[in-house]
Amino acid sequence: MELSIKYFGLLAEITNCSEENLSFSGKTVSDLKEHLFQKHPTLKLNDFQIAQDNELVENETEIIGIEIALLPPFAGG
Amino acid sequence: MRYNRHIILSEIGKNGQDKLAKAKVLVIGAGGLGCPVLQYLTAAGVGTIGIVDFDIVSESNLQRQVLYGTSSLGKNKAEAAKTRLEDLNHQISIIAYPEKLTHKNAISIFQKYDIIVDGTDNFATRYLVNDTSIITKKPLVYAGIYKFEGQVSVFNFKKGPSYRCLFPNPPKKGTIPNCSEVGVLGVLPGIIGTLQANEVLKIILEIGNILNRKVLYYNALNNKTNILKIHRSENEIQKVLKSEAIFETLDEEDNCDISVQEISLKELMKKQNFQLIDVREKNENPKIESNKIIHIPLNELEKNIDKLTSEEPLVFFCQAGIKSKRAASKVINSYSLQEGASEIIEYLKTSP
Repeated sequence: MELSIKYFGLLAEITNCSEENLSFSGKTVSDLKEHLFQKHPTLKLNDFQIAQDNELVENETEIIGIEIALLPPFAGG
Repeated sequence: MRYNRHIILSEIGKNGQDKLAKAKVLVIGAGGLGCPVLQYLTAAGVGTIGIVDFDIVSESNLQRQVLYGTSSLGKNKAEAAKTRLEDLNHQISIIAYPEKLTHKNAISIFQKYDIIVDGTDNFATRYLVNDTSIITKKPLVYAGIYKFEGQVSVFNFKKGPSYRCLFPNPPKKGTIPNCSEVGVLGVLPGIIGTLQANEVLKIILEIGNILNRKVLYYNALNNKTNILKIHRSENEIQKVLKSEAIFETLDEEDNCDISVQEISLKELMKKQNFQLIDVREKNENPKIESNKIIHIPLNELEKNIDKLTSEEPLVFFCQAGIKSKRAASKVINSYSLQEGASEIIEYLKTSP
């Protein structure tokens, strides 16, 4: 399936894009993470949560959505 | 007359203005986020406002920390903010805490207020603010910023999630820079802090929809906003509640990422041999008497390290899995147990 991936904060700098389309054949959020780590190896070193269709999801959650967002924590205040 | 524009709103009125006058709000950090929050809460007539900040005003703060001027340089931020805010509104009470928020003073300060606002600029303090809010059962209006982007949420509100439900553990040291390291667009904390002030006012006034179970993400470069749903993790909340008894003995290091090997009781039971070590203080309950367990309080670990020459893998445990992580970080090839003392008692009952 075709997914749209959004990268927030520092992650957009790491992947060098704030948004990209990706063809994905895996099943779960974990599979998607593996896929993204292969494409952008430095992502692995960073903390982030994944949202699917604007809802934060766990590793075991099945990918059924189209819009994926990667949200890192922000330190600044 | 001061609050006329509030009072003529049917959603606020005299009744709502009275609610604001009775409210007590604590703002942690009087920096980029704290300044707009404090300014609007003071102007709105929130009756009691506490400000915690140990830092002093420096010239590079003036680009965004709008409560300060050149005459504030070198002054403590909590005190400089108080001086400015008292001029803005002398009818309310403003209390400055020109000190660092620590595990020792946090609970007693939080208990005096109804709502907590997180305007901190580092993860150790963010997790301290979150955990203290859980323990003292106060709603927490959170925000964090990065260059041109921000995130806002309300935690611990009506059995909703906490910051740990969104990000369970502090990020690895040095992976996420703060504003002083990478810069920030001056107006960004103005926008995000004003969103925080708005959430505080809505909570007090009991109007509108609160950012509970949601995190709002904002990007100043393209004006895009996303609202993402978050779920409460009972496990994360319980871990924090369990640490209450030892909370004052913790320190900042306990809120930083420590890379140690962790093991669950379930995985442990699959192993043939292991040595369990209780690293809690002698006065911590529940007490555990068993020949299977060695008791060495964390602060005595280094001088007793020769007692641990066992061939078996060492597994440290404590009340909530915080001190055991510290212990495991000091001893090579050891583990920190994910569970705590009460689960160990259950385990001892069932094991031969």
